[in-house]
Amino acid sequence: MNAQALIDSLPLYASGLWTTLRLLLASLLIGGCLALPLAVLRCLPTPWLQAPVRAFTYVIRGTPMLVQLFLLYYGLAQFEFVRDSVLWPVLSSAWFCAIAAFAINSCAYTTEMLAGAIRALPFGEIEAAQAFGMSRAQLMRRIVLPAAMRHCLPAYGNEVVMILHGTSLASVVTLMDLTGAARETNARYYLPFEAFIAAAAIYFLLTFILVSAFRAAERRWLAPLRRDAVNIG
Amino acid sequence: MTIATTESGVEPVLAVENLHKHFGGREVLKGVSLSARRGDVITLVGSSGSGKSTFLRCLNLLEQPDQGRLRLGGEELMLRPDRDGSLTAVDKRQLRRWRSRLAMVFQSFNLWQHLSVLENVTEAPIHVLGQAPDRAREQACKLLERVGVGHRRDVYPAQLSGGEQQRVAIARALAIEPEVMLFDEPTSALDPERVGEVLAVMRELAEEGRTMILVTHEMAFAREVSSHVIFLHQGVIEEQGPPREVLDTPRSDRLRQFLGSGLK
Repeated sequence: MNAQALIDSLPLYASGLWTTLRLLLASLLIGGCLALPLAVLRCLPTPWLQAPVRAFTYVIRGTPMLVQLFLLYYGLAQFEFVRDSVLWPVLSSAWFCAIAAFAINSCAYTTEMLAGAIRALPFGEIEAAQAFGMSRAQLMRRIVLPAAMRHCLPAYGNEVVMILHGTSLASVVTLMDLTGAARETNARYYLPFEAFIAAAAIYFLLTFILVSAFRAAERRWLAPLRRDAVNIG
Repeated sequence: MTIATTESGVEPVLAVENLHKHFGGREVLKGVSLSARRGDVITLVGSSGSGKSTFLRCLNLLEQPDQGRLRLGGEELMLRPDRDGSLTAVDKRQLRRWRSRLAMVFQSFNLWQHLSVLENVTEAPIHVLGQAPDRAREQACKLLERVGVGHRRDVYPAQLSGGEQQRVAIARALAIEPEVMLFDEPTSALDPERVGEVLAVMRELAEEGRTMILVTHEMAFAREVSSHVIFLHQGVIEEQGPPREVLDTPRSDRLRQFLGSGLK
């Protein structure tokens, strides 16, 4: 082990960590905000509204995130009208492509997860809300989504960890995230083991924090909904 | 007594005329009418499949009738035929207001599991009726106290017994100060030893003059609290009248059979 090289690379890892966190937060935020309305559409009885959503999630979940990222980052540049468009400075930036790929992915998985939770809600609770005079919007906002989101917590915790690990792909489109920092360190010192084990340790720590946070959230919001709540809580 | 109060005593709170409903090819309601005056406790009895729950669920349009008219406190619910022929509300806002004037207590409680007991009771007053949260909470605490679950107000429905859940559901129904309360087999999902506590609450409500329409298999309870009993058979009213008359001296063979069948 060459500790000195790692100590010298600390600023690199620190800024890499910051980049990783920003990628993660932006992707989750955008993906989550899009997933909420899409999940509701996905559960509507009207086929022409739910079919496009289903098609979207099937395609995204059916292809690797790295391929999607390459398509956005390299593929788009092939088309002249894209290069000529006013949006090109944005579309050509690695930040945009990475966040777009991760957000779309997270959105697809979260949509399916939420839609599943919505469909699994006891119909009686929805009927009760109707019987008390709630509008469709109130029913969604007050009953369906809060309940479905609680039931999603365990699965969404996994999803967040998957996206955290997925952000390491950003380094292949030139972004200096945690993995990028490790690659840079390796390139400078020719110490692949030290460089990547350091990144792995930081990812592991982040994962541990996320998992603990989700466990706490489950105890707070999900456990009381279960019959054996007294034992868990 | 002034003329006005005499009149309001005669004017029905809820009037249902000629309700029809079919599921697929089966006609479950073949023209059922009912009129409830203030303070009436009307009990619908009948074997399963007789259409009594469907009838009750048509009153707040949880089921869409095919035909019929509904009036609540002199206001008629405006209905028009749907694409598939069943009736739907013309004005969604009228329907929501209509529903908030009736309150339903379900067989399987249907409490909102992600809300605490107190929040279950304050939900409709705050978010449907627009009451101030403080006032709604204060009122909800009183109601929960009243049905005997005041000490449980901060837990979630999953942590309650069936009897407690149903009493919370009754408090939730009372919280919107309904003109008519609808009970859809409120004790059928309960353990036998929990039935009594729910019936006791309902008895009190009947005694204080609430207008109630009740579907039940508890014949002794029906006899004791009802002002009017309706025996439904295959979607038509076979017999109706004061409980003692209907339940003690049944005229039709079907009702005699039903009462003798052990479904008491």
